[in-house]
Amino acid sequence: MDLENQKRVLDFSEKHGAENIVVLLGAADGEGAGLAAETCMAGDPTFAGPLTGVSLGLKCYHVCEEEVKSEFDEAVYEEQVSMMEMVLDVDEIAQEMQEIREEYCKF
Amino acid sequence: MKAVVKGSAYVLAHVPEMVIYNGTTQTTERVVNPESEYLKEIRNHLRKYEDVLAYAPNQCYIGSICPQELGEIEFPWYDKKIEQNNRYSKFGEIMPEEEFLILMQVVDEFDLVFLDKDFVAKFKEQFSKCEIVSEHMLERIKEGHEASEIKRLVEEEHAEGLYHEGELVGCVRRAHDIDQNLNAHVMHENMVSKASSVLALAHLIKNSDVPVEDIEYVIDCSEEACGDMNQRGGGNFAKAAAEIVQLSAASGSDTRSFCAAPSHAIVEAAALVKAGVFKAVAVTAGGSTAKLGMNGKDHVKKGLPILEDCLGGFAVVITQDDGKSPYVDLDYVGHHAVGTGSAPQAVISSLVTDPLDKAGLSVLDVDKFSPEMQNPDITKPAGAGDVPLANFKMIAALAVKRGELERSELNNFTKEHGLEGFAPTQGHIPSGVPYIGHACEALTEGDMNRVMIVGKGSLFLGRMTNLFDGISFMLVRNDGQSEESSAVSKSEIRQLIGESLRAFAENILEKAE
Repeated sequence: MDLENQKRVLDFSEKHGAENIVVLLGAADGEGAGLAAETCMAGDPTFAGPLTGVSLGLKCYHVCEEEVKSEFDEAVYEEQVSMMEMVLDVDEIAQEMQEIREEYCKF
Repeated sequence: MKAVVKGSAYVLAHVPEMVIYNGTTQTTERVVNPESEYLKEIRNHLRKYEDVLAYAPNQCYIGSICPQELGEIEFPWYDKKIEQNNRYSKFGEIMPEEEFLILMQVVDEFDLVFLDKDFVAKFKEQFSKCEIVSEHMLERIKEGHEASEIKRLVEEEHAEGLYHEGELVGCVRRAHDIDQNLNAHVMHENMVSKASSVLALAHLIKNSDVPVEDIEYVIDCSEEACGDMNQRGGGNFAKAAAEIVQLSAASGSDTRSFCAAPSHAIVEAAALVKAGVFKAVAVTAGGSTAKLGMNGKDHVKKGLPILEDCLGGFAVVITQDDGKSPYVDLDYVGHHAVGTGSAPQAVISSLVTDPLDKAGLSVLDVDKFSPEMQNPDITKPAGAGDVPLANFKMIAALAVKRGELERSELNNFTKEHGLEGFAPTQGHIPSGVPYIGHACEALTEGDMNRVMIVGKGSLFLGRMTNLFDGISFMLVRNDGQSEESSAVSKSEIRQLIGESLRAFAENILEKAE
């Protein structure tokens, strides 16, 4: 996750409280999604950004996970996400996200 | 009148020391974590020049092998050496570091690049044998400076060091004492961009039979900005590079739009030629030091060599119709508009299917798509996946949604209409344009008829807008007929149909009577 986005995540958490934040990801594969989620929950694994050593434990979901998808207006989801949903390995992403949440999520 | 792609050039410069000293992943790490294991380990992961020559994606970039041949080599590619390991190929070359440093001094107009005199003496002759080095370039080589003077400039005057095989062999000096836009770091970055653009332009002139006096305009589409504190991106890289390769008849300007800039520039160039403003327009881009070793941490962590060890450059020349070279179809250009939105679906529609709809074509009518052509050997170990493949899947998925393709054919589509990624991750360099050289061959000597080049760019990086950007165009086989003569034949056809219908009507009337 790039340094600027880490800073934004940290700033939002400090302003609104970590328990009130949900991070929504759109990464193209499980590994990428997992890495971003780990950064937002356990801290920056590359030790480069503002989230280094900061374990916020934020709630993180990928936009294609069922928990998030069911919250969308169907027409909007069809227009904005359905094409990508066809392309992505949604099961792999969902499994990776689930595992990361079980390990690091605090909320 | 058609605007045709008359020639192209693709060059790489192997600069392992710049990976360490100038790539932003490494410069950031030195600030944030100066004692890191990565910085200690990185030198052990640098490739030798010979290995860079024998690396399949590099040879695909300069034209020794085509993307289809690259696809036949088992993935990953970094641990395999191929037989086609020449420095030169039909599109360009892979220049070694020592010669590139001399080229940087050659392109310097303001006495900012200092080289060690022993270094110059050692490599001047080698440089002179480079295929594109002209008498004019040789005359510009200076004798060089004492090593002690270069060391002093780096240690006391903030000069940016130039290194070869771990030794300080030169520097780029600051061009102003307090102006941050002319400091040594920026001047180094810009001099590298200019030198690699010159290398590409020189190969372009060598590769194409376009008379230099016909090239009346040059557009630079790299990602750097040159200017001073009063006009930070004032320009003009295009004219600066054109001067070194002696394009005396050319003016020029810079076009910027992050990674999408090359596609913007080619559409602009083709439009200028088609409108009759200029006889021939060259589009050129040099490489970026910042992106060297960008994914280096992941490569080192996984035991790979640092694969982002080359600067990339390319150049294309657009001319008036020659009756055989593929033309840029300016009637159906795709563009990402302000109101398009940034969802992948909206982006792909605007760039791919909107122009096809206007042309009355389907996705399947395009033989090959060339979107972001990043080498997956570089991006996959870094968790960014196979970028070209992701693009082909998106295009295929859109075709499925439009009913042009069965869902079961999605994977086949990516093979038949897609390409292996082979371009270095130099920002603007991989975006659509790396395939133009290969495409022109396939559209003349091969059996293809239509190729779509898709340039995309992320504008948020400049913090001026969150909008996405992109522009696409099609390269089409030239049937040798001018558009004017085609237009005449169309009107003739209309006349014939009209006459037939009249005769048919009269015939029916006669029978009725």
